[in-house]
Amino acid sequence: MKRFLGFVKKEFRHIFRDYRTLFILFGIPVAEILIFGYAISMDIKNAGVAILDLSHDEVTEKLSGKILSSGFFKKSADLLSYDEIDQVLKKGKTKAVIVFEEGFGKRLIREGKASLSIIADGSEPNTATLVTNYTTAIVNDFNIEIAGSALNNALKIVPEVRMFYNPELKSYSMFVPGVITLILILVSALMTSVTITREKEFGTMEVLLVSPLKPVQIILGKVTPYFILSFINVLVILAMSWLVFGLPVKGSIILLLAESMLYILMSLSLGILISTVSSTMQQAIFISLVGLMLPTILLSGFIFPIENMPKVYDYLSLIMPPRYFITIIKGIMIKGTGLLYIWKETFVLILMTTVFIGISVRKFKVRLE
Amino acid sequence: MSVVVQASGLSKKFGQTAALEDISFSVNESEIFGFIGPDGAGKTTLFRIITTLLLPDSGEIKVLGLDGTRNFKELRMEIGYMPGRFSLYQDLSVEENLEFYATVFGTTIEENYYLIKDIYSHIEPFKKRLAGKLSGGMKQKLALSCALIHKPKLLVLDEPTTGVDAVSRSEFWDMLSRLREYNITVIVSTPYMDEAMRCDRIALIQNGKLLAVDTPTVVKNEFRRKLFSIRSAEKHKLIIALRSLDETISSFPFGESVHVTFKNDRLPDNLDLSLRERGISDASITETESGIEDRFLELIQTTEHQTA
Amino acid sequence: MKEKVIEVENLVKRFGHFTANDRLSFDVYEGEIFGFLGANGAGKTTAIRILSGLSSPTSGKVKVAGFDAGTQAEMIKRNIGYMCQKFSLYEDLTVRENIALYGGIYGLSRSEITERTAQLLDRLRFREYENKLISDLPLGLKQKLSFAVAVLHEPRIVFLDEPTGGVDPITRRQFWEMIYETAERGITIFVTTHYMDEAEYCDRISIMNDGRIVALDTPSNLKKQYNVSSVEEVFIKIARPGVG
Repeated sequence: MKRFLGFVKKEFRHIFRDYRTLFILFGIPVAEILIFGYAISMDIKNAGVAILDLSHDEVTEKLSGKILSSGFFKKSADLLSYDEIDQVLKKGKTKAVIVFEEGFGKRLIREGKASLSIIADGSEPNTATLVTNYTTAIVNDFNIEIAGSALNNALKIVPEVRMFYNPELKSYSMFVPGVITLILILVSALMTSVTITREKEFGTMEVLLVSPLKPVQIILGKVTPYFILSFINVLVILAMSWLVFGLPVKGSIILLLAESMLYILMSLSLGILISTVSSTMQQAIFISLVGLMLPTILLSGFIFPIENMPKVYDYLSLIMPPRYFITIIKGIMIKGTGLLYIWKETFVLILMTTVFIGISVRKFKVRLE
Repeated sequence: MSVVVQASGLSKKFGQTAALEDISFSVNESEIFGFIGPDGAGKTTLFRIITTLLLPDSGEIKVLGLDGTRNFKELRMEIGYMPGRFSLYQDLSVEENLEFYATVFGTTIEENYYLIKDIYSHIEPFKKRLAGKLSGGMKQKLALSCALIHKPKLLVLDEPTTGVDAVSRSEFWDMLSRLREYNITVIVSTPYMDEAMRCDRIALIQNGKLLAVDTPTVVKNEFRRKLFSIRSAEKHKLIIALRSLDETISSFPFGESVHVTFKNDRLPDNLDLSLRERGISDASITETESGIEDRFLELIQTTEHQTA
Repeated sequence: MKEKVIEVENLVKRFGHFTANDRLSFDVYEGEIFGFLGANGAGKTTAIRILSGLSSPTSGKVKVAGFDAGTQAEMIKRNIGYMCQKFSLYEDLTVRENIALYGGIYGLSRSEITERTAQLLDRLRFREYENKLISDLPLGLKQKLSFAVAVLHEPRIVFLDEPTGGVDPITRRQFWEMIYETAERGITIFVTTHYMDEAEYCDRISIMNDGRIVALDTPSNLKKQYNVSSVEEVFIKIARPGVG
């Protein structure tokens, strides 16, 4: 045990003495969260809104007046037909179009219900979400107003939201899970593989092998510091996304942290595996970047939705561990799902971790050949 | 006196190239045993076999009575190994490096301090300095301290004097000599012939084969021919002139002079005149004693067909 | 008297308060094999950087191949060659490609390169290796080729750093014969090394200690002066006065 602790101590010294390592460990995650976060979380003010009023009655005038006087929006155009919507959105100034159906006011009074469409430009997902949320809020407010004044309190305007161009609004809800997924695999796999190959390159591995340290002790000693640091990383990212951007974790934090540990373990074992097949740091870095980081970005659904990919990539992404973790973490953070819905993904990760550890321990040589 | 390393018929191939061919030798307790040979002769491969890092393709080796294949774990406890490039952590300080190796071997610096005191005291004033910032000589001393800290029975040093200045090298050999009193056996390799005399016994190694194994004096004296040392200001001309003589067997530059052997072990008649005819007018000729390097040259020439 | 190719007078190089070279004065002549020795940190590297035009002196006169080291560094670089112990050849290029590459770097014309490549291959008996990769050559051959490439552009001076470290005695001698031959052609050989038996092969040697040159003479004169039998002992006496 003393030997093991001595080894871990040494590893921490390596890490804290190398500013580059420290930067990769903590600088990059923080920077990424800030970049992603600030790039998409601007408040809306005077966002361009076009009105397509097919009814032109008292109610529609009142409601559109309320929307436009809220301070969030400014009218960019009055439209005359549905055909103009696409055109005006494509120009870019208009972020959303509000459509009052024909006979809006009459229908509201006669049927007690009328629908209003909000068509937003989904290519700017963050703005689109904000615009539709604000509009919906104003409409709901208006609902309460008229309910109070009218005798029939069943009157109701139903806002129907439609997105053009990017119906699923990928991004906002994706960036924190995406960053965690990417950072963990990068830090854990890349760093462990580099730190092990470094010992090979400097010749110190030869001496460690000739020492009474067991291969398991060497591997665990290498991995423990990175496990701890990666876990701290998860905490930092979660805290930042909550404090700075107000993105809470909907599901169980405990479950989220446990799943993160599993994923870290998987990444670390992958790192060890990489180090057993590469003899120089350069090789290890190359394999980690090309073999892990690129696929994580491209194939995990982080940036490009898997559903929209050609089938081949879909199958290919099945062997990418990040794909499973991103599903898990998205589920817990955004949808608030429990283990019941993500046990399959969890199981796949456990399986992968076991396989990687198994192969690495078998491949880690007690000799130089 | 007990035998610490017993090797017989060791062979090792990497792909097509034979790194070691049929190597046999034995090393006795408390002796300094030197493998002398150029880079690529197979020294490092042999040392890795001795330290159980590699397995031979054929042949047998017993180190401290243990089998390197089966008992490698026990064996590794007893060996102190210093690979070719000093295996130090550049980003750890002198003290941290030593402390790390001590813990790895389950000991402490204090416990075996007496063993390394002689060596470590040279670098102790710099114990807070990072190993990467040390001079070659200091790195070498630190690496030796690290290899010794667990009081190994056998110390294996692969080219410990490469890249180190003459003063530090000389100090280093003095330190190795003093390890005898602790019954530590030392196996060391070097490409430098002049270091051979500091060993108790040496093995000359070239192209994966041992050319000779004995005490330096015996190896040196196996050079049976009479050796002449000839000097001239124009060395290149002198060598060419000597090679053009029928009586010359070999002529090689050797420091400031040229070492020459002649047929029948005597100077050719009228050598002075013959040299003068070939443009050398200032030749001074003396008989000289052979060294390890002369013997090595002779051995290489007899074992291989010669190019030049 | 032969022409001086290196003239150094009162060379001083300071880094802040640290004086790396303290009033060095020495001359090296055409065709001479000059050994430049010193312990780690004695100031050798600093001096060589100045002599090869990579750094300029704080004060003093330094002329290399007739050019001033302070003001004409570029001209110096054109007139010197350099070979270090880690061969500067590209392992993944063939012998021929390496020669052509260095010829090009030193501004030789295409016809000069062709002509000198042919000469070099013949002189080294390298014809059978010309299209082999450097990585496939034995150590001794690599070393010879590195040296030949370092003097391909016929420099006035060639700097060698531990030229024969780690090679077998035969190759080593062949290498020194090559050096003698080159020196005979009038190229000055400037050798730095930690290995004193390498120093024995030089015409004259200088030994540096603490930034100064403390000895400069032929190996045999120095041995006589210090009453010892090898340059190594001279060196140890100088670098560690009081001991031994």
